[in-house]
Amino acid sequence: MSTALRRRVDTADRAVSRPEPDPVDRPSRPSAVTTGDLLHVVIAAGSSLAVVLALRLVLDWNGVLGSAVWWYVGFLAVLFVLVRDSETPDAATDRLVTLVIWSIGAIVVGVLSWMVIYVVIKGLGGLRPTFFTEDLSDVGPLDTERGGASHAIVGTLEQVGLATASAVPIAILTAVYLHEIKGRMAPVIRFIVDAMTGLPSIVAGLLIYTLWVRTHDFSGVAAAAGLAVLMLPTVTRASEEILRTIPDSLREGSLALGAPQWRVVKQVVLPTARAGLVTAAILGVARGIGETAVAILTALGSDSMNVNPFTGPQGNLPLFVYKLYRVPDKTQIARAWTGALILLILVLVLFLAARYVSGRGDKKRKGVA
Amino acid sequence: MRRRPVARPGEPPDPFDDTIPVEIAADATASVLLASGEHHQVDDNPWRPVNRPTAADRTFRAICTGAAMISLVIVAATLIFLLKEGWSAIWSSGPADFFFGSTWNPSAGRFGVGGLLLGTIIIASLAIVVAVPLGVGMALFINEYAPARLRSLLTSVVDLLAALPSLIFGLWGFFVLQGQLQGVAVWMESHLSAIPLFRFKGAEPSLGNSSFIAGMVVGIMILPIITSISRDVMAQVPREQCEGALALGGTRWGMIRAVILPFGRVGITGATLLGFGRALGETIAVAVIISLVFDVNWHVLETGGGSVASLIATRFGEAGPEELDGLIAAGFALFVLTLGVNLAARRIVARAGRLA
Repeated sequence: MSTALRRRVDTADRAVSRPEPDPVDRPSRPSAVTTGDLLHVVIAAGSSLAVVLALRLVLDWNGVLGSAVWWYVGFLAVLFVLVRDSETPDAATDRLVTLVIWSIGAIVVGVLSWMVIYVVIKGLGGLRPTFFTEDLSDVGPLDTERGGASHAIVGTLEQVGLATASAVPIAILTAVYLHEIKGRMAPVIRFIVDAMTGLPSIVAGLLIYTLWVRTHDFSGVAAAAGLAVLMLPTVTRASEEILRTIPDSLREGSLALGAPQWRVVKQVVLPTARAGLVTAAILGVARGIGETAVAILTALGSDSMNVNPFTGPQGNLPLFVYKLYRVPDKTQIARAWTGALILLILVLVLFLAARYVSGRGDKKRKGVA
Repeated sequence: MRRRPVARPGEPPDPFDDTIPVEIAADATASVLLASGEHHQVDDNPWRPVNRPTAADRTFRAICTGAAMISLVIVAATLIFLLKEGWSAIWSSGPADFFFGSTWNPSAGRFGVGGLLLGTIIIASLAIVVAVPLGVGMALFINEYAPARLRSLLTSVVDLLAALPSLIFGLWGFFVLQGQLQGVAVWMESHLSAIPLFRFKGAEPSLGNSSFIAGMVVGIMILPIITSISRDVMAQVPREQCEGALALGGTRWGMIRAVILPFGRVGITGATLLGFGRALGETIAVAVIISLVFDVNWHVLETGGGSVASLIATRFGEAGPEELDGLIAAGFALFVLTLGVNLAARRIVARAGRLA
């Protein structure tokens, strides 16, 4: 709370109403927190707490969440009145908004941590070596020790691998078209790619289903195609942003030395952008790895190991979780949570890898400049 | 500038061959121009390299153009094939009944996604109500309020929220948030029932698996996109204007209200619409949380609701061939809806970028 106040910018009115004792020797710091500010906060928090506690007794409240919300509302109201009367209404509004914005930040961070911690706690229970080595093919409802997700993990790795191998080159070439070649169609393509970033994943699944699965069979490679459709716009946009950051002087220098455009792109632009492009690809992989809707319609899922992605239904990690969480059986739900934990860990690792690579790229570029 | 004579005057080197040094190629071009009589004073003019693409360059461009066209082809193929395969379902139930009705009876060949389309919009609107204040607030927090040390951490938090699989959001909503929000739902019913949406049907309603909970979860899911786009737009406000507002004695909130928000208004609108488009297409989180009903359930706090995407995900497993046609047609309707919203949103965001 005190940090919140320290960042606050004060009004001119307030500076006038409470001038610094010795303006010549001490520089005025309008944003510094004074004892009065802290006193306001303490009084507001305390009085609101007292009122809420009293109401809990009188009105027989028992919810914690409700009381907390009312305490917060009361706290803001009392603080507003206090600051309004001792300073100005503008200062009071400013104080109020500052607190609300800080609370929003806390809520967002809190929700994310809540989610991550909950998945970790729930998932750790089922985490044992057999989870990575066995599948679910001959596991009965009462088998609590055996059974795992090896088939799903293999499926996920193959499908995401194939999807990445096809989507990333196409995405980078598209980005080159958009920013290096700047062809006639570039605005249209950019518009379409933008629109594709919002393509519902279930529609991507349906597309592959109608084009391929309906006439052939469910397979891992069909899932890979669906994932590629979803990854393509993500990677394209990210790559184009990276190409945008490469200074034109590099391109012009190489062209002036007589290099044809394809050499400029291959030997100057893409190597310079490497770290950023890797980051873009990793973000694409993270997008694909947790995708469930596509897999439902294309890979279908299976309880036994299918190593060949080209024939027959194949499991995959999100699908594994999606199928097990609603089975009314503790063991299966525990498996679903463990699957979700593995998924979460994969996404976190990819996310951190992307941060690391892009951070290193920035450092290198700065070093060169 | 000294120029080398053309190597063999009889047969000028191919100007498109990139193995020849550019100088000679340029000479060749010049000699071609000279021969065609277009350029009579070549010798007096300064040397001017002509930027003609080489053969390799043209291949390279063709490959890139081809790759870029794939996106176009995907969107076109989605439109064409979903319509082609789903057409029989739309036709057998009649286009009016399909888009506005809410009967789902595959054996009779009757499909209606009207109720679900409306349900999709209800869930997405609830999501927007949660996500816009939180998302814009978070953007302001990162840009204006948070200490510089925290800024990159907060950006990571928002990016990570965007990267988490929707399945995890769904599970969290189903197992955790659902229990927490029941009390909120009861409170809303008893205090906000002036708004018809927040009324209960009967005396003892069941409160799980409702549009309300789905909307809350989807709201958290679309928060990152709203935050990141409004951040980008609001960061483009000329800093002198902000500092000017502060120097005139404005408070920080005064500066935000007078300078930043008016400047970012268009961008925030676009971000909201973009988030709305995402929310319309959200599949798995909704499918995990909601229990599907085909009629419009206006009692959003109560069990039962629907969205087109969750319909496809939940019914796909047990659908026969006729129903599959119906699901594909439903997917077509969803695609057209989201494509329209997304294109409009991107236009607005692009305009906000140009204004800046």
